[in-house]
Amino acid sequence: MSHKYMPHSEKDINEMLEKIGVATIDELYSDVPAEVIFNRDYNLPECMSEEELRKHFQELGNKNQPLIVFGGHGAYDHYSPSVIPHLLSRSEFYTAYTPYQPEISQGTLQYIFEYQSMISELTGMEATNASMYDGATAAAEAMFMLVASSKKKNRVLVSTTIHNHVRKVVETYAKFHGVDISIIPEKEGVTDLESLYKELETGDVAGVLLPTPNKYGIIEDYTHVAEKVHAAKGYLAIYADPSTLSVLKTPAEWGADVACGDGQTLGMPLSFGGPYLGYISCSKSMLRKMPGRIVGATKDIDGKRGFVLTLQAREQHIRREKATSNICSNQSLMALYATIYLALMGEKGLKEVNILSCDGAHYLYNKLIASGKFHQVYDKPFLKEFVVRTDLDMKKVNDYLRQHGIMGGVVMEDGKVEFAVTERRTRKEIDKLVDLMLEA
Amino acid sequence: MKNYDKIIFELSKPGRKGYSLPKDKYETEGLKSIPTDLLREKPADLPEVSELDVVRHYTNLSNKNFGVDTGFYPLGSCTMKYNPKINEELCSLPSFTSLHPLQDEESVQGALELYWNLQRMLSEIAGLEEFTLNPYAGAHGELTGLMVMKKYHESRGDHKRKKVIVPDSAHGTNPASAMVAGFDVVEVKSKPNGSIDVEDLKPLLDDTVAGIMMTNPNTLGMFETEITDIAKLVHEAGGLLYYDGANLNPLLGKVRPGDMGFDIMHINLHKTFSTPHGGGGPGSGPVGVASHLVQYLPNPRVVKDEKGKFHIEGNNNEALGNISGFLGNFGVMMRAYAYILSLGKEHIKDVGPLATLNANYIKENLKDDYLLPIEGVCKHEFVFDGLKDKSTEVTTLNVAKRLLDYGFHAPTIYFPLLFHESMMIEPTETESKDTLDSFINVMHEIAREARETPELVKNAPNNTIVRKLDETTAAKNPILTYKALKEQEA
Repeated sequence: MSHKYMPHSEKDINEMLEKIGVATIDELYSDVPAEVIFNRDYNLPECMSEEELRKHFQELGNKNQPLIVFGGHGAYDHYSPSVIPHLLSRSEFYTAYTPYQPEISQGTLQYIFEYQSMISELTGMEATNASMYDGATAAAEAMFMLVASSKKKNRVLVSTTIHNHVRKVVETYAKFHGVDISIIPEKEGVTDLESLYKELETGDVAGVLLPTPNKYGIIEDYTHVAEKVHAAKGYLAIYADPSTLSVLKTPAEWGADVACGDGQTLGMPLSFGGPYLGYISCSKSMLRKMPGRIVGATKDIDGKRGFVLTLQAREQHIRREKATSNICSNQSLMALYATIYLALMGEKGLKEVNILSCDGAHYLYNKLIASGKFHQVYDKPFLKEFVVRTDLDMKKVNDYLRQHGIMGGVVMEDGKVEFAVTERRTRKEIDKLVDLMLEA
Repeated sequence: MKNYDKIIFELSKPGRKGYSLPKDKYETEGLKSIPTDLLREKPADLPEVSELDVVRHYTNLSNKNFGVDTGFYPLGSCTMKYNPKINEELCSLPSFTSLHPLQDEESVQGALELYWNLQRMLSEIAGLEEFTLNPYAGAHGELTGLMVMKKYHESRGDHKRKKVIVPDSAHGTNPASAMVAGFDVVEVKSKPNGSIDVEDLKPLLDDTVAGIMMTNPNTLGMFETEITDIAKLVHEAGGLLYYDGANLNPLLGKVRPGDMGFDIMHINLHKTFSTPHGGGGPGSGPVGVASHLVQYLPNPRVVKDEKGKFHIEGNNNEALGNISGFLGNFGVMMRAYAYILSLGKEHIKDVGPLATLNANYIKENLKDDYLLPIEGVCKHEFVFDGLKDKSTEVTTLNVAKRLLDYGFHAPTIYFPLLFHESMMIEPTETESKDTLDSFINVMHEIAREARETPELVKNAPNNTIVRKLDETTAAKNPILTYKALKEQEA
């Protein structure tokens, strides 16, 4: 019976059974109907020693091919400072439970407070919650906030230029919860604002969800949008990459009521899609519609500063079916990741990251257009990600790139390809990418 | 370091930095290509600190935290078992962490194989046909599972099934998830022994019932012995049974949810399968279904072809839709997979029995001082209704806070709602008899203090870094950012 994760000796077990007053452990299951007792061994592999486990993972890892990444589409290969995994691996952080006992959880509570402060700085909004699962689910929850805030209206407008993986999740949540989603078409790569304004005229719009940068990497211009949405008694949510908010106009500056998005761009490893970090920020007036945990500053009975989970009357463990959301956990450790990243980078570092990415992306873009094999699709400003059109067989090109250790652009519909360049890419890597694509 | 009380912003000095980036070697014009009215007007006010500032600051914060590695966590329904270190090592392998979620299938075969293997293992353990590992957490799994339930009824043209039955003892996420999935919640009562009242259930089972959500053992740690009758009744009424996997741990090696008649379930990898709670996440909440529901599982799915190649399928029209950006919290799955392989078929079957042994041992040792409302064997957890001697007026909250003084985490308190002074204790199988004995001794000591020096217990905690915090003011006048705090202090 002995295993390193189960410290019971024979003697322990016998003494414990005696105290309980039963003869065998099986007797503790005597109330379970015999017909549901599982009477065979699991059909599972035999146990592995630590060294066998290492080898097994190495073998699996060898079947993966880590690549030099030029793909984006919602997940970006940014630089990750060495400090972060070291601090995250402090087990006082990662083996802790949700900070329901504040007196022994000030570490967690304080970094969440710092996280809320930093994300609020980036979005320009007054409040941020303790984090959500990922950007897509954060957008879905933001959509619910729009509906909950506008009494009795149940229709939300979503721009078709929002990332497809985000749109799909928003649509799923809406479909099951009974919210009507209307997709606003695009015009030359950006949200068709005329058609958005027309929809607002119907008077039944609870809110609007718009992206920046959008799924083509384009920075959209939302001048006057908030005014029009508010005039129609609706609310505005903007889905934004938080890293880019160090340089781009913020959701608050656009006049949004809610900001949401994915914090993966704050230096998090690509990790095959997760764990990432969803964030939601909002204006003060929307605070009580916010889902999830929120940390607030307070004092203890000796007057000492401390932090607690607050406004819990919104949450499922108190309100059950009347809660603002069913979310129970947050992505706490990933929020710590983002906090340490932002502390290290500061405002200047984050700006530098975006300038470097922007310069690299424009360098690649210019080279592709100059090659004559790739063509402009949209004449719109972009930061680190853009689309071009090509007549090349991109399946063949991307296979060829992969043989040379590169992940090429993500193929979109009708001959469009999207490339992302981060500060991790070098000029040499970009030159190599272009050369290889042209010779493929 | 007990007195360290700085916020990172308070360490900021203009000109300090904690990063190093390469020089810009492009001759492009960067942000100048972007019209200025699309650029940020006012810079973000982030701290300017050195690398060592950051390292010391967060190390000091970590010292203000309690974790499983610090001490015992008798936290009911949370299954705070040991988080094996080898799992942390393996999940950081660059051959996995560097993978982009949209890389070509050909280049992520190892990751897909791991996902597929884990999904098969969970199916075997649960006694269900197929799993999706995409849901990010337990509550997210519940939501996904309820969407499967809805999709099933709708695909049969059965549109009147709007009700989901939830026991009054259920975890708060159950009714909340049902609401988000667009169902109406109907509560079924518990009998005095905490089990579902089948007589109360029967009249609820009409043709508007979509299904019932249950956890077994229930939140009192008692096995629902009438489960097969309940399953039969719900199925006869055309409903489905959802299993809340929060309480799966005691069943390992003993009972499979599928064999009890459950059609849908989620598993909390961060409970039963040892992945760290991370101070509140990231978790992972895989959802399993019986064979007649497989086609409704969310997109994308990982499948294996006859040649042994793995594929990501994202366009199943029958699926309920997408519930995650990509394939879920992959890093969490890696840890759970390592844990299952560490235990193997030989040891995984001991998990449930030893967790149950530990819980019963504590219960039998403490029921002289603490009020045990329901006699009989429990499974992985049990509930006391506060101290037996109510004359001292020492509450469950007081006892919980006093435990902190003694270096233990508190139990789950004031849940389930069936009792006024609930104190829910779950030790897990990774704790030794010695640890349980020291916990038992402290609980007896606190009971003695409650009789002899009640004020000591009522004022607890006394020797933690901060003491009783003012939660009322925090909620009335929320200070949620450093900026707001500075304004308030000014």
